[in-house]
Order: sequence, then C-alpha cells, then structure tokens
Amino acid sequence: MSGTLLLVQALNGLQLGVLLFLVAAGLTLVFGVMDFINLAHGVQYMLGAYLGAHFAAIMGSFWLALPLALLGSLAIGLLLEVLVFRHLYARDHLAQVLATFGVILVLNQGVKAVWGTAPRELPVPALLDGGITIMPGLQYPVFRIAIIAAGLATAGLLWLVVERTKVGMLIRAGATNPRMVAALGVDVRRLFTLVFATGAMLAGFAGVMAAPIFSVEPGMGDTVLILAFVVIVIGGIGSIRGAFIAALLVGLIDTLGRSLMPDLMRLILDASSARQAGAAIASMLVYVAMAAVLAFRPAGLFPVRGG
Amino acid sequence: MMRWSPALLLALLAAAPWLGFSGSYEFTLMARAMVLALAALSLGFLVGGAGLVSLGHAAMLGVGGYAVAILDAHGVTEALLVLPAAVAAAALFALLTGAIAIRTSGVHFIMITLAFGQMAFFTASSLAAYGGDDGYTLYARTEIAGHRLLENRLAFHYLCLALLAGAWLLLRAILASRFGRVLRATRENAQRAEAMGFAPYAYRLAAYAIAGAVAGLAGFLMANATEFVAPSAIAWQRSGELLFMVILGGVGSLPGAILGAAAFVVAEEQLATLTEHWRLIFGPLLILAVIFLPHGLAGRHRG
Repeated sequence: MSGTLLLVQALNGLQLGVLLFLVAAGLTLVFGVMDFINLAHGVQYMLGAYLGAHFAAIMGSFWLALPLALLGSLAIGLLLEVLVFRHLYARDHLAQVLATFGVILVLNQGVKAVWGTAPRELPVPALLDGGITIMPGLQYPVFRIAIIAAGLATAGLLWLVVERTKVGMLIRAGATNPRMVAALGVDVRRLFTLVFATGAMLAGFAGVMAAPIFSVEPGMGDTVLILAFVVIVIGGIGSIRGAFIAALLVGLIDTLGRSLMPDLMRLILDASSARQAGAAIASMLVYVAMAAVLAFRPAGLFPVRGG
Repeated sequence: MMRWSPALLLALLAAAPWLGFSGSYEFTLMARAMVLALAALSLGFLVGGAGLVSLGHAAMLGVGGYAVAILDAHGVTEALLVLPAAVAAAALFALLTGAIAIRTSGVHFIMITLAFGQMAFFTASSLAAYGGDDGYTLYARTEIAGHRLLENRLAFHYLCLALLAGAWLLLRAILASRFGRVLRATRENAQRAEAMGFAPYAYRLAAYAIAGAVAGLAGFLMANATEFVAPSAIAWQRSGELLFMVILGGVGSLPGAILGAAAFVVAEEQLATLTEHWRLIFGPLLILAVIFLPHGLAGRHRG
C-alpha cells in the first residue's frame, strides 16, 4: 500500500465520517433530550437523497434542488413527529423501536412506489465537478472535498450553537437531566420539536450531499442508520462532541479497514482466502470497535447524562 | 379465551392436514408460521422473562441455519448430529455475544445486539464457500438415523409442530421455576434482586443462551423448510419483525408470541395478494398496533 493511496483512503474515510456525523448529530440529540429511540432517522437521510435527485431532475440544477430537498426533509420530519413520534415519547424503548421500524417499512416501500426500485442518480454540480491536485500526481474529486468542508462547517456551526447560545445551553441541560429542565419551566416539548426539526434537516442534508457519490436506492438509509447508532453509542448518547469524534473514527476505521485488511491478511493467508477473510473482518471492524468501547466504557467515550 | 387459544392454535395446526390444508402452498405457509413462532417464542422468553429487548435475534436463527448449511456442504446430513450442532452453535454464539451485551442495559443493549446481529449478517455474506450474498441451497433435507423422513411433508409438519409445542412447554416450565422467578425479579427491579443476594448477570446470561438455543432450533427448521439459507433471512429487519410478533401477542405472554407469529404470517400473506406494495399497508398497521394496543392482541399486561 503506497502513501498516496493511504492518503486517498484517509480522505474517503473523513468524508464518510462527516456524513455519518450529520446523521448522528440529530439522532444523538433526540436521544439525549427525549430518550426517544428513532430508527426512522435513517430514512430521513434516504428521503433527502431522493428529494435531491427528484428536484434536480425537474429543475435541472443542484443548487435549486438542495434547498428544496432540505425543506422537503424538514416537512416530512415534522409530519412524522406529529403523526407518529409524538405518541411514543411516554412509551418504553420497545414500543419506540417497533413503531419507528414501521415507519421504515412504509417509507422504504413508499419510495419504491413513487420512484421505482431502480437506483436514481443526482449528477455532481458543474461547479464542483472534476478533481484537484492535492499532491504531485494525485487528483482528488472536488465534490468529495466539498462534502468534507460542508460537513466540518456544519459541525462547527452546531458546536457554536450548542456550546455558546441559550438554546444550546437548554439542549445540553435537557440531555443531562430532562426532568429538571422541565421542572425549571422550560417548554421541553418545543425544545424537542426544534431539536427534532434540526436533526431531520441535517440527515436530509447528508442525503443530498451523498446522492452524487452513492447510488440513490430504497433501503440506503438502513446501513447509515446502523452506522449512526454505532457512532452515538461510541461517542456517548447526547454528546455532540462525542458524535463528531466517533463519526470520524467510524468513518476512518471502516474505510481504511476495507482497503487495508485484505493486504494485512495476505501476511498469514493465501491470496483468495485473504481477500475473503479481509473483507469479512473489515465489515465487522466498526462493530468490534463499538463492542470494545461498550465493554470498557458502557456509557461511551463522552458520557453526558447525569445521575 | 386467551388461556386456551394457543392450545387451540396448535390443535388446529395438528388437524390442518386432515381438513384440506394439505397442498404444497399450505404446508409451506404453515411451516413458515411455525418456524417464526418458534423464533418469536424464544425472543418472547427473553423480552418478557428477562426484560432483555434484543434487536439482533435473527442472528441466532442464522447461526442455526448456517450450521445446517455448513455441515451439509461437508456431507454431514444426519439429524442426530446436525440438530444438536445447530442448537449448540446458536447457544454458544448467544453466550459469547451475551457476555458482552448483558453488561449494558436499556438502549445500549438494543444497540449492541443490533451490532452483533450485523456482524453475523456480514460474516454470512462473506462466506463465499457457502454461497456468500446469494445464499446456499441444501443438497437435501436432513436425514433422521439415515432415513429421509423429513422429505415427507406430513412428517416435517408434525416435527415442526412437536418442537414448537415442546419448546413452549419447556420455556413455560423454566419461567415458572425458581430460576424463572429470579429472572422476572431482576427484570422488575434489578437492584432489589441484587440486594436479596442474586446476581442478575448470571441469570440473564443463562436466559440469553437458552433463548439462543431455541432460536438455533428454529434456524435448523428454517434451513430444512426452505432447503436454503441466505444472509437476507437474518438481516436486522427480520429481528425487527420478530420483536413485532412478540409485542403483537403481548409482552410477557409466551403463547402470545406464537399467536403473534401466526397473525404476522397470515397478515403478510393476505396483504401480499392485494398489492406488491403491501408494506405500505402493513407498516401503518404495525404503527397503529403499537400505539393503540400497548399490551398486544392478548390485551393484558405481563400475565
């Protein structure tokens, strides 16, 4: 494995990491503030990608499709909150898992009914097309750089809001001790709707950004959802900082594992079994990392909730 | 009525082949219902008995199924070997993953079981020698003492039914025993049980392994019923469906899990004949059932 290839894989890992962060951020806040486990957060990501592809096909422009897709994600997120999630806050985790699982079934099937089963495409916008030379002899797609930049910028903005504003203070307080915050007279329900709307939009944003590089297809949110869960469990539920660090960690482990593992296995196995075993181990690495973190720090790397 | 309906259901299944339900379609459907009922039963034991909500239970089914497939690929098709191997493999998998998972609780437990389920899924997908993503077709159904008894639909039907009834009685007896009472005590209030001198960890882990073994048995039957094993059968969506069957029947009620599985298979089958987009109807039904039937079809709480 050459140094340049390693650099490319590291950048790819970083890019997967920021996408995961965008999805995990909403999930961890909703989890932290309302103790609500929302399996349907992954389909928000899928809907973002579909809406992006849909509007881009109609409008012929990525830049018009992006805000429309964000508004669409927001609208669908709020609709789901009113129709389904609102009735589940007082219920146990089992009920929440099941009902939001039902939402996944509906929306995965829904996009099939509306847009068909064939993967759809969202072309890379002309402005961000092509590659830039990041090292002599090494080109990297501009769009992927843009994803990393947009993700880092969003993370920075989120950090500012959560750490430096009054609303952010309430969110942090809500994640630490929601009952105390409610007892102090804060309208937790409204706070939650705000957190929820932000989360839905962030996931939708991740979907639009991911659409040009991954294929847009039913079920694309499921994989991301499970990785996002791994992220928030490693990072500590309710912690934005934890989600950020864990997302980058998971993105890097997954991407580097997939490219390095088969080569590492070559040291002890023959070529074909090395490829097979390497691929199998690589796809399990993030789950192994999560199990290891949970075994030693059951509350994650950056635990938030107070006693 | 609830008390007797599971016995009634089992009796109906026993009588079904003699009431005209003896075509290949009916046998396939009933086998599917019984296999899923067995899996749901083991999950119901875990959720209702120990309060452990696993979102990775399909993996146990998968380990059992893949044990059959792997032995089949190496020419071992004798039930006296294959059946214990499938059950033991699933119990061992449950023991190993449970040892880590049970250290956590609540949401973390749900997540980590989901993660272990995904690990099993990806491992199965990468087993190129046993079909990889596409799955593995068995050469033949498992033999019993050298006889190809399971090829006979009627014999297979009654084998499934007997194992389902046996597993139900066994799990019920376990829950009623001293072990089961301690288990339920740790579910209701772990601190109090601990204060009385019981270590919840050991009890929960044992329950997890028992549930794994029963699910492994279901996996053995699943592989034989379809003569096929594939990663898609152990995807996390299947774990979600199993949880739904359990809650549909009412958490805490073992026979409820059997009823829930039967209702699930019938509903799925009926809706699928209506439209290819049957999940658009099924999903809302699931959501409505959760919101409006908090105690399941049985309509009672933790019997």
